[in-house]
Amino acid sequence: MFNNPDLLKFIFGRLTLDSLPLHEPIILGTFAVVAMGGVAVFGAITYFRLWSYLWREWFTTVDHKRIGIMYMILGIVMLLRGFADALMMRMQQAIAFNGSEGFLPAHHYDQVFTAHGVIMIFFVAMPLVTGLMNYVVPLQIGARDVSFPFLNNFSFWMTTAGAVLVMMSLFVGEFARTGWLAYPPLSNLGYSPDAGVDYYIWALQVAGVGTLLSGVNLICTIVKLRAPGMTMMRMPVFTWTALCTNVLIVASFPVLTAVLALLSLDRYVGTDFFTNDFGGNPMMYVNLIWIWGHPEVYILILPAFGIFSEVTSTFSGKRLFGYTSMVYATVVITILSYLVWLHHFFTMGSGASVNSFFGITTMIISIPTGAKMFNWLFTMYRGRIRFELPMMWTMAFMLTFVIGGMTGVLLAVPPADFVLHNSLFLVAHFHNVIIGGVVFGIFAGIAYWFPKAFGFRLDPFWGKLSFWFWVVGFYFAFMPLYVLGLMGVTRRLRVFDDPSLQIWFVIAAVGALMVFLGIVCFLVQIAVSVLRREQLRDVTGDPWNARTLEWATSSPPPDYNFAFTPVVHDSDAWWDMKHRGYSRPLTGFKPIHMPSNTGTGVILAGLSTAFAVGMIWYMWWLAGLSFIALIAVAIGHTFNYHRDFHIPADTVVREENARTRLLGAGAKP
Amino acid sequence: MNRLKLLILLPLALALSGCDFVVLAPAGDVALQQRDLVIISTVLMLLIVLPVMALTVLFAWRYRQSNAAARYEPEWDHSTQLELVIWSAPLLIIVCLGAVTWMGTHLLDPYRMLGRIASDRPVDSGRAPIEVEVVALDWKWLFIYPDYGVATVNELAAPVNRPINFHITASSVMNSFYVPALAGQIYAMPGMETSLHAVVNKEGTYKGFSANYSGAGFSGMHFAFEGLTDEGFDAWIARAKASGNTLGRSDYLELERPSENVPVRRYASVDREIFNAVLNMCVEPGKMCMSEMTAIDAKGGLGMAGIENTLPLNYDKSARRGAVFGPEPAYVLGACSTDAPGAREARDIRAPVNATPLMGAGLKPPYLGQSRRSSTSFLSALRPKSDS
Amino acid sequence: MSINVNPAQASTAQPIFYVLDEHDHAEGGSTMLGFWIYLMSDCLIFAILFATYGVLGSNYAAGPAPKDLFDLPLVAVNTSMLLLSSITYGFAMLSMERSRIAATQVWLAITGLFGLAFVGIELSEFRHMIHEGATPQRSAFLSSFFTLVGTHGLHVSFGLVWLTTLMVQVWRFGLIEANKRRLMCLSMFWHFLDVVWIGVFTFVYLLGMLR
Repeated sequence: MFNNPDLLKFIFGRLTLDSLPLHEPIILGTFAVVAMGGVAVFGAITYFRLWSYLWREWFTTVDHKRIGIMYMILGIVMLLRGFADALMMRMQQAIAFNGSEGFLPAHHYDQVFTAHGVIMIFFVAMPLVTGLMNYVVPLQIGARDVSFPFLNNFSFWMTTAGAVLVMMSLFVGEFARTGWLAYPPLSNLGYSPDAGVDYYIWALQVAGVGTLLSGVNLICTIVKLRAPGMTMMRMPVFTWTALCTNVLIVASFPVLTAVLALLSLDRYVGTDFFTNDFGGNPMMYVNLIWIWGHPEVYILILPAFGIFSEVTSTFSGKRLFGYTSMVYATVVITILSYLVWLHHFFTMGSGASVNSFFGITTMIISIPTGAKMFNWLFTMYRGRIRFELPMMWTMAFMLTFVIGGMTGVLLAVPPADFVLHNSLFLVAHFHNVIIGGVVFGIFAGIAYWFPKAFGFRLDPFWGKLSFWFWVVGFYFAFMPLYVLGLMGVTRRLRVFDDPSLQIWFVIAAVGALMVFLGIVCFLVQIAVSVLRREQLRDVTGDPWNARTLEWATSSPPPDYNFAFTPVVHDSDAWWDMKHRGYSRPLTGFKPIHMPSNTGTGVILAGLSTAFAVGMIWYMWWLAGLSFIALIAVAIGHTFNYHRDFHIPADTVVREENARTRLLGAGAKP
Repeated sequence: MNRLKLLILLPLALALSGCDFVVLAPAGDVALQQRDLVIISTVLMLLIVLPVMALTVLFAWRYRQSNAAARYEPEWDHSTQLELVIWSAPLLIIVCLGAVTWMGTHLLDPYRMLGRIASDRPVDSGRAPIEVEVVALDWKWLFIYPDYGVATVNELAAPVNRPINFHITASSVMNSFYVPALAGQIYAMPGMETSLHAVVNKEGTYKGFSANYSGAGFSGMHFAFEGLTDEGFDAWIARAKASGNTLGRSDYLELERPSENVPVRRYASVDREIFNAVLNMCVEPGKMCMSEMTAIDAKGGLGMAGIENTLPLNYDKSARRGAVFGPEPAYVLGACSTDAPGAREARDIRAPVNATPLMGAGLKPPYLGQSRRSSTSFLSALRPKSDS
Repeated sequence: MSINVNPAQASTAQPIFYVLDEHDHAEGGSTMLGFWIYLMSDCLIFAILFATYGVLGSNYAAGPAPKDLFDLPLVAVNTSMLLLSSITYGFAMLSMERSRIAATQVWLAITGLFGLAFVGIELSEFRHMIHEGATPQRSAFLSSFFTLVGTHGLHVSFGLVWLTTLMVQVWRFGLIEANKRRLMCLSMFWHFLDVVWIGVFTFVYLLGMLR
């Protein structure tokens, strides 16, 4: 039966034994490590009988807080994969001199840099940012949950499904060898006939569904579920940036969906969108994907700006300077981010007028960004600054990000871009803003809100160690790339001729190793904090003497967030409550209406993964069956009209009394 | 932390002294002007970036928690004057930078004919620019000298102080043609022609490469660019002439197949129409040229009769396959002759023609400040006199 | 977002910091807004497909042009199917408002039939074109045409599946609040597709014939 090639082809599509990377020792080694780790985790979960707990309390949860935490875990796990790629690239470039081919053949190296970009943007930065927004926004606006709790769970699992597909490409088949945006004609069937680009397309499409729905969800949450009294101009700045980010998501991800759909039509059906021969135009792809791609940058950075605003004002013990101009700056950035996409390809030869238009709009974005920078500065001015970990990240951000912003504006001058485009200068620039802005922001956010999520602080010693490794490592890793860019070295090269360049790549590799130590210290920090949780315990729910509503409830917050919906009188609602004699209600608790958990999100995402695998490997039976199942399960879900329950008043009383006891014990010095 | 930074800077300063910062010290006038823009923009931005960094450190130090002497105003969150300053300071910088950008972009438009060959030398009208046709192949560069009838692979040469007009296209995927010492880069795209106007002012051998990732052989896709004296250039041409190789359509189709780390090759004679055929994607016999297709489409296509005007693709450089749900790969048959694609007319419109001075091709650019009559660069007033 | 304040508390000078009454956000309170936002994102997909058609729509690759292919009377009939279905959906919604289940179901069924006719005519148009050799692969114009019109057709087909599901749900559970909300969402979806089709009809078919 298994000798029948037609049957095998029917069952496995184009997947054969040759698709498994059995001849690549690096991948085999990785696979062994991942497999052993996986077996260990699975074994531990089974041994401790945690499957049922995980399924009931986590996988099927619709609680925005747990979903937020799961997003963070996904982002950190994928950070390890993405950073492993980064280390491999740095090692390859540090040794591939004087005729040495390094240790990565082109076939592998080209996948590594593609995967690094895709993973870091879609499966590290996006989940981390979405996770923070998911966790914090409903708490900040005094809501019980998001507008569509089931969709929230479904969005998370779709994002995870995309990450699973990318990880799968490491061991089954291969990933794209096209660069992270997969420009055609290189990504067309003619030049990338294997499954790599299909993995890319389907991973992004599946995860894109999750991202889009999560965007819709958070917009509705912010617009509809704010606590009474919280007008738009009383929303915390992080909520404002989250709103703008989600507007950007909803208004840009469909473009990505559409352009990837066109690319997949080219690859599956043989249409002519991006091939020249029958009248198509590959440059249309470049334009379209950057219409998504540039707003994407702001999708990532805006929430980080929000985090820095919260952190600066909290740790300076002071109101945020220029709240109104901060909000307007955010909105202006949101709008302008749609008018700058062409600056990613000035060198296409669009003509001087077009180029200078897009160059100047790009520069204009730096005006609101600069205003934000000054607002943070003047928030610190006449404050009482406590240099706790979140504030340290903020300081590192302020000093690092201005350099990245400066080189960014430099690259927006078209004639300067002609000499620096695609060079390592460009690579240094965008890592400077993404690490110096987004990553530092996420770490600030994690350090800031971790006590809220778990009830104890993160260990400061390991946190500071991680901080210094990250910051110093960043400068070591990327300042040499600026230098190399000025020496005319372009990106994505695998081997080099000029031995005088090697020292710079070695320095950069050392920097990458330091960042690696920073990541290790971060993981150690979490482990140590869990072990020392009793010493680091915070019972007040407000360990930083903070200002916004999420600190008004306990840490971790109860399932229902707030026993009574708060009423807001000020943009710094909790600060206002503390200063005007707020006393916690102790009686009168009522049953609370909450959404019920459901496993449909997991099932739908699993079926989507199966569908994507079927499409990638041309297993049409799998694609067909899972598509039908997908529709059936989705329709079946709509027949469930009972998606909510009430938390009994007794439970609320019990939880609130426990908090009262803790506050009584903790409040007395 | 400051001491740490100093420690970092020390080896950097040592290493910097031995390096070739080609972007900051190029050999061509266009790249030199682009370098100037890089520096001017950086200085303009440093005007605001440095104070911000200094203030950050100052405020962080002064208003640290342990400094009880500093003023603490927890409710102070607004000041109209300050808001005006923090919005207008970046605005002013951007207004300046925007003006510089607008002019620089138009004056240094790669499509624009050169107005000078160095800061103090106008273009010599008696010396015609040298034309070079550039084709990015998988993974090597083909340079065709139509005026001399020769071609080379992976070696480019030009006489110093003579304008070079590049016409650039690609055979398969997108690349970027870049000689950092000469001028900024421009994409090489299949089925499209881009232009670059440049001049080299110093003799020497410079690096050129593709600056846009194009597949497995990308790392080896570099070439030497020789800036030669007139005599040296003649000798270089003569060397190509002496090679005895010819580049016809079939030779091109052979050359076009993917290959990596290709050594220098020279061709003594070249099919005159080869570049047009590459540009119009019709080197293969019988294939319809893009220009012809565009002309037909502009008249409304060939109607239902045109549907069957395709043939299965039997030649393919990269083993292209058909899509799984699509038909076999095909190509459109040429309706008229296979030659004479008439693409020259497309070339003639490449330079932007516009009446307004800032956008005009070949018009005299405006002057900034007090500069010599002979200079045509708006940056000339700001440039040190030593470079020429 | 009115503030339900306990009157006993309001009289004191102390500012109100929480609502004693359970401030119950009605279930599905955000659904219409959320669905509207989703529709706008869908609209963006169509915008990209329109833009693609705008860029590639005259690249016939020396093949047939719109005037060689389109059968305008047939498309006009097709357009009227969709427009009529929108009207009948409107009638269904009016019946729903008056809580008349049977009338609602009948109007929904008629809407579905019109939708089915639309998809059927479109499919036969596609079949005819492909039969003549004007396949999506023949030229970039045809690629973008089939993708734009096909995506719209897929949306209508999806709407039909949704419509059927809702008819079953109305039949089983009656015109309860949740079902009314779903019918409202489908109503927005259906009219949205109508608007998109008017764009397709004008931009692709009418302007195509003029070219």
